[in-house]
Amino acid sequence: MSTRHPRARLALLLGPPMLWLGVAYLGALAALFVTALWTQNGFTGQIERVWTLDSFKTLFTVEVYRTIALRTIAVAVLVTVIDAVVAFPIAVYMSKVAGPGLRRFLLVAVLMPLWASYLVKAYAWRGMFSEGGLVSSAFEAVGLKSPGYGLTATVVTLSYLWLPYMILPIYAGLERLPDSLLEASADLGGRTLQTLRRIVLPTVVPAMAAGSIFTFSLTLGDYIAVRIVGGTNQLLGNVVYDNVGAANNLPFAAAVATIPVVVMVLYLAAVRRTGAMESL
Amino acid sequence: MTMSRSTRIVLRILTVVILGLIYVPLLLVLVNSFNVSNTFAWPPREFTLEWWRRAAESQGALDALWVSVRVGLAATVIALVLGTMIAFALQRFAFYGRDVVSLLVILPIALPGIVTGIALNNAFRTIFGWQLGFVTIVIAHATFCIVTVFNNVIARLRRTGVSLEQASADLGASRFTTFRLVTFPMIRSALLAGALLAFALSFDEIVVTTFTAGANLQTLPIWIFNNLFRPNQAPIVNVVAAALILISVVPVWLAQKLSGDAESLGAGR
Repeated sequence: MSTRHPRARLALLLGPPMLWLGVAYLGALAALFVTALWTQNGFTGQIERVWTLDSFKTLFTVEVYRTIALRTIAVAVLVTVIDAVVAFPIAVYMSKVAGPGLRRFLLVAVLMPLWASYLVKAYAWRGMFSEGGLVSSAFEAVGLKSPGYGLTATVVTLSYLWLPYMILPIYAGLERLPDSLLEASADLGGRTLQTLRRIVLPTVVPAMAAGSIFTFSLTLGDYIAVRIVGGTNQLLGNVVYDNVGAANNLPFAAAVATIPVVVMVLYLAAVRRTGAMESL
Repeated sequence: MTMSRSTRIVLRILTVVILGLIYVPLLLVLVNSFNVSNTFAWPPREFTLEWWRRAAESQGALDALWVSVRVGLAATVIALVLGTMIAFALQRFAFYGRDVVSLLVILPIALPGIVTGIALNNAFRTIFGWQLGFVTIVIAHATFCIVTVFNNVIARLRRTGVSLEQASADLGASRFTTFRLVTFPMIRSALLAGALLAFALSFDEIVVTTFTAGANLQTLPIWIFNNLFRPNQAPIVNVVAAALILISVVPVWLAQKLSGDAESLGAGR
């Protein structure tokens, strides 16, 4: 392209999207954190623009919120680990064992559920865990009691929902790993496990980190799946939702919402070091 | 890969098991939509088409579907324009702050949906003083759809380079002609794939939507969610769910046709 007025053209190109993302989105985020430092009038329900740390104080001192925050982070870690463990073998099989035809088929098979609606998938697991549903039938068949709706169902459902987000980056990472490297390892006497550990793993870890951004973040922000299969358990998302809706306590909701943001920012900073951001 | 035979077999078995786990719940919903009993009781005793007939007449579900389609289209158009602009800016220009811009594009999906949702809700209501409704849903959806278009277009621009455009300019084509005859055809399928992803993302989104839709407007996911816990609506919810599973074949098939590399299908969410 010609280089006349490159600055002006750049400004024209970047102006509208930056106005949208920078002003509308970042502005909204900034306003949210400011709101967290305001307070709500207990009688009128109106927001009072008085600077206070009350919302954060409540958040850190009331035990229920501490429990929910820790539970949410634990569930996010668990879901991420489960997805990484489940995604690894299928990604290796797809990229390094299956022939081109089968690989295409498997990719489509893995991707299709990604396109099925989030709600439908959560709903499907509500059916699985319902009384008399497939899970309880299967558990009873071997003489066990079904977990029913609860934290177990939540972890299973969330792992199921985000699984494709983990399979795809690992698959893409392994795709880029040349087969000749694996053959060289074998020629030099490396056994399968050794090759997996010394060659495949270093490829897979950044890919898993990239995938984990989604599994982790989506779990931190979820409140729908929890409502559908979680029984009486709550995650941070539910607290935020209840405080925006029923309680209409926006400052407190905003304060609660800063927890996932802080966790995610720390997480993104950590993941950046693995080089995962480039493979997003 | 030179793997031992037993490793291959273990991997194959695991793959089959995982695929089974992926599809069993979805099949269950499909089967259940024909189940005479309107609970999830397993196994089903008798089958019927009655629920499908009733669902086709459910005004609430149809209205919600129409809202979802309009929101999806509007958000996709905005995302196409803005996402493409950012992709061109980042790929064709070197400037200070590029990293910040690329981080800004992924932020709306990298941060939990609930944060995006409440931030926009707060901004719309308390800062701008707007009523929540169609426009606010579209703005919210477009914000997180930009990244899917951006990802697809920038990947294409990286692959194609600028030599063809330079050749076109050298041969005397105006900038507009070059765009129309050279640049646009090069990125057309990437735009389509990005648009498809953006539409699907918007069509499926519920967390951000619940915060930006207000009380009077329902997208299809919100309709499903609102009816999920009503026992007498269960059969219709089941049919809508089953229909959505069947429809999800379409974008996969389309995207396969469009790009040939299925990887781009899932990327960028």
